[in-house]
Amino acid sequence: MKTAVIVFPGSNCDRDAQVALKASFGGEPVMVWHGDADMPAVDMIVVPGGFSYGDYLRSGAMAATSPIMREVVKRANAGVPVLGICNGFQILTESGLLPGALMRNAGLKFVCRDVHLRIERNDTMFTSRYTQNTAIRIPIAHHDGNYFADADTLAMLKGENRIAFRYCDGNGNLSDDANPNGSIDHIAGIYNEKLNVLGMMPHPERLMDPALGGTDGTALFEGLVEALAA
Amino acid sequence: MKAKVHVMLKNGVLDPQGKAVENALGSLGFDGVQDVRQGKVIELTLNETDIETARTNVAQMCEKLLANTVIENYAIEIEG
Repeated sequence: MKTAVIVFPGSNCDRDAQVALKASFGGEPVMVWHGDADMPAVDMIVVPGGFSYGDYLRSGAMAATSPIMREVVKRANAGVPVLGICNGFQILTESGLLPGALMRNAGLKFVCRDVHLRIERNDTMFTSRYTQNTAIRIPIAHHDGNYFADADTLAMLKGENRIAFRYCDGNGNLSDDANPNGSIDHIAGIYNEKLNVLGMMPHPERLMDPALGGTDGTALFEGLVEALAA
Repeated sequence: MKAKVHVMLKNGVLDPQGKAVENALGSLGFDGVQDVRQGKVIELTLNETDIETARTNVAQMCEKLLANTVIENYAIEIEG
């Protein structure tokens, strides 16, 4: 299976994504430069973390206008799975693939540590290897991860069961203490309507090797491989 | 022709930076500040000479890029 990682000036998790995709999918991912208007046919696209365009104007705003993002939007609408991690999530909201916005963390500080996420549903191609309502441990590293959506959008996300992950404690319980950035309703990740686009602030690609402290991220990529092979 | 765009977080959207500035003002002894909201100003120099056309164009720029209307409002000031 072929995969692609989009590379913007200022991306810094593109290589982590590359390593994660290679470890799970096998083949060498295509690294696609932001200025390209096209890319080969691929089965899966990652929009990686980092500080695309130096976070100028708003995190993700400039990247959303880049030539390659028009193609990513087209592919996503055609059903190709797209995973936006951290800055990638910000870019997906700015490009209109996902609703809402990521604002400055409520505590104003850059937060870099492991958090727990509750698996809200495990019947999507991204989460089939996880158990619903259990907690996994995944690192975050962001300044603008405070998810916001207006009341109507939030109601829609809940009604359509499109919340992927919520920040929780180690036992899966939601609390303000376990919410690292003030995200509305503890939201750490959301799906698009067709469930083929996932945006999340935490970094599953950073926790896939025991030598790096854990492997809770592995199941996300393995689940994708299984779903796409089926 | 010059245009100034003021981008502000919508009312009801928490502005943590404004809150921090408000607290800092209080700790400096400036009492009586009820609320602080922080935004940004973007200045544009345009070739356009017609005020109404300029306003329309800048509004489109705001909708497409300069503001994120999920969380922000914008106001346009045209200076002849």
